[in-house]
Amino acid sequence: MDTIGAERELTYAEATREAMQEEMRRDPTVWLLGEDIALQGGIFGQFQHLPQEFGFERVVDTPISEAAIVAAAVGAALTGTRPVVDIHFADFLTCAMDEVINQAAKISLMFGGQARLPLVIRAPSGMVRSAAAQHSQSPEAWFVHTPGLKVVAPSTPADAKGLLQAAIRDDGPVIYFEHKALYTLRGPVPTADVEPIPIGRAAVRRKGRDVTIISYSRTVHDAMAAAEALQSAHAIGAEVIDLRSLWPWDSETVLRSVRKTHRVLIAHEAPRVGGFGGEVAATLVEEAFDYLDAPIVRLGAPHTPIPFSPPLEQQVRVTAAQIVAAVRAMG
Amino acid sequence: MATGGDLLPPLAPVARITLWHTMLRIRRFEETVERLFLAGELPGFVHLCIGQEATAAGACAALRIDDYITSTHRGHGHTLAKGADPARMMAELFGKATGVCRGRGGSMHIADFSVGMLGANGIVAGGLGLAAGAAMSIKLRGTAQVALAFFGDGAANRGPFHESLNWAAVYRLPVIFLCEHNQYASTTSARSLTAVEDIADRAVAYAIPSVVVDGNDAEAVYEATRVAVERARSGEGPSLVECKTYRLRGHYVGDPTTYRDREELERWRARDPLLLLEYRLLQEDPTRAEELQRLRAAVEAELEAAVAFARTSPLPEAASALEYAFIG
Repeated sequence: MDTIGAERELTYAEATREAMQEEMRRDPTVWLLGEDIALQGGIFGQFQHLPQEFGFERVVDTPISEAAIVAAAVGAALTGTRPVVDIHFADFLTCAMDEVINQAAKISLMFGGQARLPLVIRAPSGMVRSAAAQHSQSPEAWFVHTPGLKVVAPSTPADAKGLLQAAIRDDGPVIYFEHKALYTLRGPVPTADVEPIPIGRAAVRRKGRDVTIISYSRTVHDAMAAAEALQSAHAIGAEVIDLRSLWPWDSETVLRSVRKTHRVLIAHEAPRVGGFGGEVAATLVEEAFDYLDAPIVRLGAPHTPIPFSPPLEQQVRVTAAQIVAAVRAMG
Repeated sequence: MATGGDLLPPLAPVARITLWHTMLRIRRFEETVERLFLAGELPGFVHLCIGQEATAAGACAALRIDDYITSTHRGHGHTLAKGADPARMMAELFGKATGVCRGRGGSMHIADFSVGMLGANGIVAGGLGLAAGAAMSIKLRGTAQVALAFFGDGAANRGPFHESLNWAAVYRLPVIFLCEHNQYASTTSARSLTAVEDIADRAVAYAIPSVVVDGNDAEAVYEATRVAVERARSGEGPSLVECKTYRLRGHYVGDPTTYRDREELERWRARDPLLLLEYRLLQEDPTRAEELQRLRAAVEAELEAAVAFARTSPLPEAASALEYAFIG
């Protein structure tokens, strides 16, 4: 498990703020840009108090110009600074898709390694409180599918801090998915003297012998609740793996678990079709086919944009109850 | 904004000869690339800037080596004018391991960070925001550099043009947007699908000073850019310089150019930027002919060496295809 350097607790949003604060203190080239981040402190409060410490030169309010936000960050990253971009809602990445895909992701290869591109794009994703179709998406698979980008999706306050620090120190572009429903989640967060969490390393959240449940971001918490229920009500020991990083991803940790449990369920909030679970499942079939005692089960959203009305939104979300039922049905 | 003719001392003769020399290097580089491409020696496809040499040479003459430029899909001239080594550029076009991008980028993604050339760009209007970002980085780091984005008339119809201009204006960035209005967006005449005659008119909407100059007159381009660069360097913010020029070749090598008439082509050919400056130089002082002749020979020798270097350089190892895909 993770090393926790202190007992104090922070919310997920506070943890991301502390990560930025510490990185900005240690490196004067780190700066932040996005809509409503300086004067308003970010629409989820994740940037509060930062302009007071670092000034409006390093915490920059931008126009609603996502293409220019990402392009400018790319240009600034190529020329000796470390920008951290905030995209209001992950859904709005579509407005800067060319800048992310054709510029940020491809520059290293296209220019034959001449460029460093230390760029972080923070993208609040996922369903929360009926935000409806254009403010609820979990689009991480698009970016995993794009060579040149690293993709992380922390589920806890500690990981939110550690992975954001790692992303800021990384010399390449990192897309950082933060689930909106997690901002108020409290948990222990390490202090400044702890090393960032390396990108590409999963965390085993719970040990178990009977089934491996693989997840990331908010759905990890549903997986944990399901694991507790499986244990208490059905005496099924579920091992829960939080991938944390989607590219690169920690197939070693997953394979080690699967070779032990022989049963696999993969759960994420993103649509099941073309979701990252498919990549995990295919890898397990390729690498650990002989260890599998049952077909791999994937849970994800059905193939629909996210509907607005609360019962409809709830209907398309992967829940702990669904995970429990799916594990029990594996036989 | 004035063209700067009144504000700046006239270019010294030697600087004007350098301008001509740079244009000749670009022209001969492009003609050589065209010949090599048609002979089947170059993979991919290439866009030539023949006819537009004055914009590259004039604008880059107003920049320092540590200033930044971003470029377009028609970027060989900009790269050369900014100071890149033609041999490593040629090797890049050949897809060789010794290319300036190690054979990973090719014509459309040519870049040379060692001279502040942050890349050609296969995406129309792709470079404007990058230059604005480089200018933000300049402000943050507190250096006296500037960034210049070359873009075409076609790019002015894409969203990033508008977002970047507003962006540069609100942050008063040390950036110059240099429009090469070459009359055609790919194969479509600018007149038919652009609502304004001058792209510079659009700068008004973003409170950015602008100027329209004869883009085939390298001295005029230099002077206008220099005024814009001075503005940028002294913290007065962005400018837009529109250069009216003409693409004497097709959109790409092999383009049959059926969409334009011969008369138009001949009219622009008569205003060839190289001939214009050469005429001016010789009219003022006919004894310069010898110097120009010497430079012609030097350009040929440089190109010959570049092609020889490219031809004899090794191709990248196939097994290295994944190298540089990820940073770190």
